[in-house]
Amino acid sequence: MRIGLFATCLGDTLFPDAVKATAVLLARLGHEVVFPPEQTCCGQMHVNTGYQREPVPLVRNFAEQFGDPSLDAVVMPSGSCAGSVRHQHEIVAARYGDAALRARVAAVKAKTYELSELLVDVLGVTDVGAYFPHRVTYHPTCHSLRMLRVGDKPLRLLRAVEAIDLAELPEADTCCGFGGTFALKNAGTSAAMLRDKTDAVRSTGADVCTAGDSSCLMHIGGGLSRIEAGTRTLHLAQILASTRTAPHPLPQPEATR
Amino acid sequence: MSSPTGGGTFLGLPAVPSRPPYGTGNLRGDRAFPEAAREELGNDQLRRNLAKATRTIRGKRLAVTAELPDWEQLREAGAAIKTDTMNRLPELLEQLERKVTEHGGTVHWARDGVEANEIVTRLVQESGSDEVIKVKSMATQEIGLNEHLESRGITAHETDLAELIVQLAGDRPSHILVPAIHRNREEIRDIFRAGIPGVDPGLDAVPAHLAAAARAHLRKKFMTVPVAVSGANFGIAETGTLSVVESEGNGRMCLTLPRTLITVMGIEKVLPRYRDLEVFLQLLPRSSTGERMNPYTSMWTGVTPGDGPQEFHLVLLDNGRTAALADRIGREALNCIRCSACLNVCPVYERTGGHSYGSTYPGPIGAVLTPQLAGMDAAKNDPNSSLPYASSLCGACFDACPVKIDIPSLLVELRHQHTERSGTTAEKLVMRAAAAVMRRPALFTAAQRVTAAPGRLVAGRDEVVSRLPPPFDGWTDSRDLPAPPRQTFRSWLASEEGAATLREAAEEGRRDREGRAAGREDDDEEAR
Repeated sequence: MRIGLFATCLGDTLFPDAVKATAVLLARLGHEVVFPPEQTCCGQMHVNTGYQREPVPLVRNFAEQFGDPSLDAVVMPSGSCAGSVRHQHEIVAARYGDAALRARVAAVKAKTYELSELLVDVLGVTDVGAYFPHRVTYHPTCHSLRMLRVGDKPLRLLRAVEAIDLAELPEADTCCGFGGTFALKNAGTSAAMLRDKTDAVRSTGADVCTAGDSSCLMHIGGGLSRIEAGTRTLHLAQILASTRTAPHPLPQPEATR
Repeated sequence: MSSPTGGGTFLGLPAVPSRPPYGTGNLRGDRAFPEAAREELGNDQLRRNLAKATRTIRGKRLAVTAELPDWEQLREAGAAIKTDTMNRLPELLEQLERKVTEHGGTVHWARDGVEANEIVTRLVQESGSDEVIKVKSMATQEIGLNEHLESRGITAHETDLAELIVQLAGDRPSHILVPAIHRNREEIRDIFRAGIPGVDPGLDAVPAHLAAAARAHLRKKFMTVPVAVSGANFGIAETGTLSVVESEGNGRMCLTLPRTLITVMGIEKVLPRYRDLEVFLQLLPRSSTGERMNPYTSMWTGVTPGDGPQEFHLVLLDNGRTAALADRIGREALNCIRCSACLNVCPVYERTGGHSYGSTYPGPIGAVLTPQLAGMDAAKNDPNSSLPYASSLCGACFDACPVKIDIPSLLVELRHQHTERSGTTAEKLVMRAAAAVMRRPALFTAAQRVTAAPGRLVAGRDEVVSRLPPPFDGWTDSRDLPAPPRQTFRSWLASEEGAATLREAAEEGRRDREGRAAGREDDDEEAR
């Protein structure tokens, strides 16, 4: 399959290892990974903060970069960015775009997937041949869970990982408190939510907390680092890309890095 | 069709209709949500009470909604009936008025809270009473009826146990369904000792004793006060039937014992047909208290000679609802049946409590309903304009809503309306600048390069950023941030290392697949 990879602005800039892992994983599974070079950002932050005129060029650029009909699918290692492409781009295009943009947005939307959806639903794999001999707990991010409805797909992928010790996260479906600019506008409330999430993560005794979205992991990881919890965060893609021949080393705990 | 003027007369462009007026009353706090929340977040007692109570109700709700095989179809039906209702609200309201009048009731129309308060006051005065007993009601809280009656020398007695606690404490409700959720039993004991005339000064904090003290106090009122004021959960256009659902039976007392009954109903509470109750009497109790059925469902149609109140008044309250109805997207919030399921699942509400929202309607539904009923003035510092931002957009409310109100999308819509009306703000300039950079890939990659170096410098040797300037200090107050990496993904991908890594991965995958295929052939050989 020819798969277009959207790195997301956050992944490209701050968390390249998660995007690298996504590319490596798909290459290992025998697919051609295409990186449209002019890609930037999906505009999620703008829309979620109340701005719909400003991201029109971003929506247009995304549709142009990934509209290429030779791409069989578009994937991104982020539930919330996939949610933005699938649910928000059409709102922006309907309000401030033209007919051409609306058509392009609809075409790209139909082939856009978050990583676990692509693997399980499109490529039909749950055992990706990964090896990760560590204790891991999984946080299902809100937009993966309730916007995209990925259900237990990420957990099915994790259960198939060789040697993994998967620990169930208590109150897993509760938001970590990130919410984009919410974490700045309502920092106190966000921090109170985060504290409960990091307590839950710590209670599992996991070495690693994983999720399908670098933004939520940035938030949870930032909290774990501050309280020196000793638990690391890794993107789901990084665990799935880890193999016996090229195992992902356990990173330094957040606080001692 | 022929025109009486012979056609061709230019009648002018139609004027843009003026926006329907916003509502008045308890629909605006005195400070923005983040400020109010900061205080509540420091209240450990409140946090513990809320966490315990919302967690319990959440569990009960999940149990009784999961057991129904047609729960999702019920939600669909609820949403469809409500959407239909809003699409033809005027005709349904007129039908309701006709039916109530036919059955001996009197219908009054109140454009806003001020008019509704005046109507109710006049009706009480005409009855000759200077006291009323009240059924728990959101609409009368919204318009501040109790305070208005008090200013006219009329005492209103709340008869719902939790509302009584709130009233005796001079407090405000903090939850739609459980107004005293922020109080524990010791606090309630103290409130009763101070507020109930003639109560046993040795009253303890045993729940049964507290309930008995309230019961003795309320029974006297039921037997002596000749006027009751209620809200309504539903008003049936087809028959003129009003309905209140409750748990305690105190509402039933108010609805049956007094001579005069005055019901204040928001106009969005109308339902087309009697049989629609089949849907909502399943959706509401399961979503709100987590019960299969609420203990008391009262229904009445006008006046029945010799049975129940002999005078019935229905006050139909607009108070900003027509303004909300005028919003193509926002009107969905009017479908709310006030079950409070969204409050109980909201991680923000669970931590900040209801008072932070400053409105009669707290939680996720309050955050979308309040600004629509009372407006969010574009002028700075209108507390209502902070409400749409009081959410991480986690979506738990949408999943819990029995009439499938897409609250996260409504929040995003209201945020958009707010930024559109706010003129040029610092935030808007930042958003514009960000979009201007991100729309140009060359500029974007340049920006990635120039921010990485100082970012790494700030982080220092441990590669952790733990102090940021405003407006980002809210982040670093309780979270670290990793230093920007040495290389972005796109520069890695363009590098020889990136290309080699992907080649090796493809190679490894090919070897694995060939190995597995060979293994399968070996197995086949052995099997033969």
